[in-house]
This record gives sequence, C-alpha cells and structure tokens, in this order.
Amino acid sequence: MNKTLNHRAWWMVLPVLILVAMNAVIPLMTVVNFSVQEEFYGEFSFIGMQWFADTLTNERFQNALIRQLAFTFTILLIEIPLGVFIALKMPRSGRWASVCLVLMALPLLIPWNVVGAMWNIYALPDIGFMGYMINAGAGFFGHDPANGPWFDYTQEPVAAWFTVILMDVWHWTSLVVLLAYAGLQSIDNAYYQAARIDGASRWSVFRYIQLPKMKHTLTIAVLLRFMDSFMIYTEPSVLTGGGPGNSTTFLSIDLVKIALGQQDLGNAAAMSIIYFLMILLVSWLFYTLTMQGEKK
Amino acid sequence: MAKITLSNLAHSYSDIPVTRDDFQLKPTIDHVWNDGEAYALLGPSGCGKTTLLNIISGLLVPSQGRILFDETDITELPTAARNVAQVFQFPVVYDTMTVFENLAFPLRNRGASADYVTRRVKTIAEMIGLSDSLDSRAHGLTADAKQKISLGRGMVREDVAAILFDEPLTVIDPHMKWELRTELKALHREFEHTMIYVTHDQTEALTFADKVVVMLDGEVVQLGTPVELFNRPEHTFVGFFIGSPGMNVLEAKVEGDTALLGGCAIPLHHGYKQPDASRVEIGVRPEFVTLTDGEDGLPVKVERVEDIGRHKIVRTDFNGSEINVIVPEDASISDRHNRLKFDPAAIHVYADGWIVDGEDQARQKGASS
Repeated sequence: MNKTLNHRAWWMVLPVLILVAMNAVIPLMTVVNFSVQEEFYGEFSFIGMQWFADTLTNERFQNALIRQLAFTFTILLIEIPLGVFIALKMPRSGRWASVCLVLMALPLLIPWNVVGAMWNIYALPDIGFMGYMINAGAGFFGHDPANGPWFDYTQEPVAAWFTVILMDVWHWTSLVVLLAYAGLQSIDNAYYQAARIDGASRWSVFRYIQLPKMKHTLTIAVLLRFMDSFMIYTEPSVLTGGGPGNSTTFLSIDLVKIALGQQDLGNAAAMSIIYFLMILLVSWLFYTLTMQGEKK
Repeated sequence: MAKITLSNLAHSYSDIPVTRDDFQLKPTIDHVWNDGEAYALLGPSGCGKTTLLNIISGLLVPSQGRILFDETDITELPTAARNVAQVFQFPVVYDTMTVFENLAFPLRNRGASADYVTRRVKTIAEMIGLSDSLDSRAHGLTADAKQKISLGRGMVREDVAAILFDEPLTVIDPHMKWELRTELKALHREFEHTMIYVTHDQTEALTFADKVVVMLDGEVVQLGTPVELFNRPEHTFVGFFIGSPGMNVLEAKVEGDTALLGGCAIPLHHGYKQPDASRVEIGVRPEFVTLTDGEDGLPVKVERVEDIGRHKIVRTDFNGSEINVIVPEDASISDRHNRLKFDPAAIHVYADGWIVDGEDQARQKGASS
C-alpha cells in the first residue's frame, strides 16, 4: 500500500511530549542529576556513584530497608489470605452482594492521612476506645497500671507496629477482597457443577478451580499491595512520625527526613533511585514468575 | 449404566403453576429411556431441553413427577449421588492439573486405590485417544482435546449411569466437529453408555442418536429414530425442523382421500374422516415432490433454484406459500416446469399441528392393540 508521508503529523504528539516531559522526565532527571553530583556552596561537582555506594553501605538505610521489607511481607501475609477468605464468604448475587460490595469499598475511599488520624485517636491508651479497651484487658490479666499503660504506641515499638499494620489491613484488605471477588465472579457455574459431579471436596474446589481462576486478579492484588505498602508514608508519619525511636521509620519516611530534614540532597537522590529501582525490580520479577507457564 | 424412567415429569419455575403456560416443561413427559442407547434432545432455544437435562443431572428438582435410574428413585438426590457425568457447552477442565490428574480426579475423590486409578486412567486415555499427552498440562490443550478430557472424566467411573452432553460441540472448530462426533458415536457403540445429548443442530442429533427427542415449547412432540422422524413426523414442527429444507406444510381441506389446495385436488394414500380441528394441513417432504412440465398437478411458479452440489433445491410459489422441491443435480429447469406432483404415500395430514391417521390406519392400530 502506498502511504503519503506527512511529517507535520509529528506536531500532533507535541502536547503529550511536553506534558510527559514536565511531569515525569524532567523531575526524574533532576533527581538523577543530584544523585551523581556534590553541591558545595552552590558549586556542583561530578562524583559518580559515590552517593549510591554511601547509601547502600549506610546502616541507617539498611535498617529502614529491613523494617520496610518486614512490614510489607507482614501485611501481604495478612491481607492476601484474609481478602481471599472474605471474598469466598461473600454472597455471589442478590441484594446482599451489593451491600457487601459497598461496605468493602468504603475504606478505600478514605484518604491516607484521615486513616492515620482515625487510628491515632482510636488507639490512644487513655482516650482512644481501642487503646483503652486493650489496656483495660491487660489490667484484667494482671498488668499493673502504675508501670504505665501496657499498650502505648507512642512508647512501645511493638504497639506502634501493631497499630500501623492494623491500619493498613483495615484500609486495604478490601482492595484484595474486591479483586479476588471479581476473579471468583468470572468462574462459570459449569465448573462448580463439574466439581460436584466429580465428587470434589470444598478444598479441592478452592484449590483446583477458584484459586487458578483468581490467579490473574490476585497477581494484580499482590503487586498493588506490594508497591503501595513499600511506599507507605502517611500512616506512620501521622501516627508517630516514624517512632517511637526509629521503629516505624520506613523507607519513605527516612527519605523525607534525609531530603527535607537534613537537606542532604545527594544522598536523598541516590536513595530515591535505589528505592524506585527496587520496587520496579520486585514487581517485574513477581509478574514474570507468576505469569510464567501461561504461554506454554 | 442404567435405564432411565421419566415418569409424568413436569417443571415450572414459578412456585404455584396455574395454567399450562406456567410450565417450562409441560406435563407430557412420560418415557422409559433404554439402557445403553443414545438419546438426543433436539429443539430450538428455550424449548425446555436444558431444563430436562438439568432435571436428569440433578441440578433441578422437578415440580412434579419422578425420575428413576433403573428401579431407584433419584428425583430428590443431589448431583453427586446420581452417578451421572456431564460434558458442558464449553470445555471444563482443571487447568492446573495434567491430563492424567484430570482423568484421575473423580476416582481419587472417591478414594480409589492408586493402582486402580493408574490402570483405569490409562484405559480411558486409550479410548479417547489422549494416551500421548497424559503428562501435559490440560491448560494448553485445544478445545476438542479438552472436551475429550471432560468426556473421559465422565467415563472413568465404571458405575456411571448416564453421560449427559449439553451442546458439547458449540465451541469446537467445524472440521473437528465431524471428527469428534464420529469418535463419540464409536465410543458409544463400543462401550454402550447411556448417553443424552442436548443440541439444537439437527445434523448432530440425527447422526449421534439412536432416538431423537424433539421438543417444542416445553413439550416432547416426538420421540423416535431418525428414520421415523423423517418418514412420519408426528407434528408439523418435527417435519419442518428436521430435514433440509424442512417439510412443506400447506393449509388444505381434506375430504376422504383427496386434499383440496385452493381448488386443486391432490390424491391421498388413505381416506380420512373430516378432521375436527380449526386448522388442517398436509405435509410433504421436498424429497417426495416432483416438478413436471405436464398438464396436471399443482400449478406453481418457480421462484429460484439453489444448487447445493448434491442436488438442487427449487423454491416455488403456490398462491403465496412456498413449496420446496428437491430435484436431481442434473435436472434442467425451464419456464415450462410449472406443475408439482406429490407422492401420495408421503403426504401426511395434520390437524392443529398433530398428525392424523387415515381411517384404515386407525382401524389397523385399533386391531393390533
């Protein structure tokens, strides 16, 4: 086929190019720029990979990374099975199905900082309902209130972790539920019928029909939850600002402390890029591994 | 394997059926289906064939009537307790399992010994021609192989009473349809499972089944062998639905052994009493109509000729109603061909859609019974 070449058409792409450049390429390149240079009284000098090496060997960064990984895997281990379990228990159709869906969607509509503020108050040991109840229970089991409250997220790292994880589970399990539910809804009734005819147990139905059919949506759920929890900032920041001590200082909180608190732009830029590459790498690995065998 | 008795069956989706129209499956179903035969439930969409199948498979409990496998009443039994197998419209396989595991699944669920499972699965794989792919994942197979797996999962249980098919060839490529159908027929001939096959495709039904159950609007209009359906359709719908093109059905006045079609007399093979019905029709298959250039016969106008290779179909017009004629492939048709002759022995008389016996036939029947 003969096509006339009209290079003026390239102008049509220009608005998109400008937009992408302004909001993605230029900011990213600025960070890259900072990460390979040192600033000294307004003078910039190229120092290569120095900031990266510093960051990677920095114990503070390593600790934040370990905390981050621990947090992300904990919430994945809780939210994915719990979400699947709730999705399995939800009605398939009818009015109650809609009611459940709306209830499930509600937490997702609440902004991060509101969630943080909510649980901040709710879990306070003296005036928060949850904090108060837990401490009342601890008192009942023999904890002496004179030693201070048993559950106090402003003092106890374990209590702070517990609250942050609870917050995240409360906020985001619904997302897993909705995705798993969508996967379940796509299963044709004939599969269940065939399983009945084949005499399959409830577990077999889950293992051989429901789980394989949910695979795609669950992969997406795991990816979304991984990326999102790996970037968690607002909730621990609102709750304790990363404390007590450094116990809930996850990567992005640490990053903000370095970039804005200490104005250490070189380190912060290198850390940003490492951080970004880690999320990219893990997501890519996970996606490739789970989707392997699909194309056989 | 079992004989299936459908005793006075009917089903309505509404709780309290009042009129006959409330029934999706009208109370006309009272049959015994023989052990080891292949039955096809044939009819247009919404005729109730799937409802009937669901009653047999145990998905639905009928509003009235009983259903028996051999002498056991299974009307209220759940699917799992019925020993039926079903092949669905689209292939249902367990994607994450291998072909072997798929076939072994029903046996393992019932706690069969590993030895027996292996032996039995190998036998079945041999039967359905999947011995070579026992170790491959079911997921990557073609639709027809998957359909064979779901058939195999049904046959693997030796105690299976009947294998049900719900339009199993819908998603299969046309060239594979023939092959699969032939294989199915061969399997049936060899192993004599009772098979029930739901379809809306007459070719599938006629080639597959020993007996075809033709359904219309929730009623069984005829149960018979393919030959019976062709030679003696008991309802105009059967005549019309089966055959390509279907039977010519023409409104007529029947007096004794003549039918009057718009003033033109057509001789009949039998004498008929004046049928007591609001609508009297005669039906004759296009195979038994001849187109002539003679002087007598029904005057028609040839509208068009369709050459389909084996023979020609001539569409003619008689006072606004279409009459189809099948003529040999080598016949030449000209303007002078404007008369139709019907083979008197092949003409059936219908009153309100249902076939009417000639007086002599009725006498014979009365004598024999």
